[in-house]
Amino acid sequence: MIFLKLFLTFLKIGAVSFGGGYGMISIIRDDCLANGWLTEEELLNFIAVAESTPGPIAVNMATFVGSSQGGVLGAFLATLGVVLPSFVIILLIASVFTKLLKYAGVKAILGGIRPAIVALILGTAVTMLLSLGVGIKNVHSTPNFDYRTLIVLAVICAISFAYSKWKRKSLSPIILIVISGALGVLLYGV
Amino acid sequence: MNKIKSLFGLFIAMMKIGMFTFGGGYAMINLLDNEFVERKRWLGSEEFMNLVTIAESTPGPIAINCSTYIGYKRAGFLGALIATLGMCIPSFAIIYLISLFFNSFLEIKWVASAFHGIQVCVVFLILTAGFKMLKKIKKTLFNVGVMLITFCVMILFSLFSVSFSSIFYILIFGVAGLLIYTVGYLRNKNGEDEK
Repeated sequence: MIFLKLFLTFLKIGAVSFGGGYGMISIIRDDCLANGWLTEEELLNFIAVAESTPGPIAVNMATFVGSSQGGVLGAFLATLGVVLPSFVIILLIASVFTKLLKYAGVKAILGGIRPAIVALILGTAVTMLLSLGVGIKNVHSTPNFDYRTLIVLAVICAISFAYSKWKRKSLSPIILIVISGALGVLLYGV
Repeated sequence: MNKIKSLFGLFIAMMKIGMFTFGGGYAMINLLDNEFVERKRWLGSEEFMNLVTIAESTPGPIAINCSTYIGYKRAGFLGALIATLGMCIPSFAIIYLISLFFNSFLEIKWVASAFHGIQVCVVFLILTAGFKMLKKIKKTLFNVGVMLITFCVMILFSLFSVSFSSIFYILIFGVAGLLIYTVGYLRNKNGEDEK
């Protein structure tokens, strides 16, 4: 039952993902790849769309994955799933447990989770890069080096680094997405 | 009547923010600050800081956490519902429309090429988001240890195709944080008792 599965999967994602949209990506990736809902490349395309359209990334991702697997009902249920835990938890904190976050025990749990999230985000980026640029998904895959990936990465790094040195703020992700799209057309052909 | 008017205002305000913020939660915090603290004065700046802490330390999308909280403070349960709905509707509508023709869009050769480049950019964005958090986090022994273990184990598991959900790392280190705190607390308490 795809609808129930979408709802429950995104309910779980909404309930355990800390640290905003990017903290969620490693969990969304695990579930989507394991269920065969998306390939690595489709996932990256979806993230690009979620990043360059307005609204919370998590809601965008849920709607997108839901719609691709189960049409409008799938989109609705996945979005409901991802939002529901937040909604309930915040309601409880705003109304009953107003001092919840001041308890030392809660702080200790969050203190343990925070570094794990940072590592999960970095680890996800590295595994994605390995599979995208070198074709390594696991130890059995033969390396398939794609120099074009490295060119795009180098140019994006250089532009973003130069801009942040020059303007002292970071370049909008949308501009980086547009630049890399243009590079993609140049390198991979029309 | 007043109540309906205030709910409607809340809905429109959230919908506006949901429609015009790009780049997820952290970009949205600025907008929420500007709209609800400086212009509408629904929240004091201290309460807003408090709200940001809550939104960051509870699971789920930051924008949803903020809108539920502001809605509740403004008009109770119904306010929370309306505010969250307002925040989600623009995203939902826009993404649903895109998802309908996204696959046929990708069949155009140059679009597919563009997305090859964009995929690299997305990995770069995730990487920078990670580095930004890495810079901000305190480099205590515990934090560095957790990060190293998680990072290495995750890469190894993915190379050897061991399926181990990211959720487990979150659960394990949440419990580890609590255990270390409890041990320290008990030790302190025993020390005081002996005195």
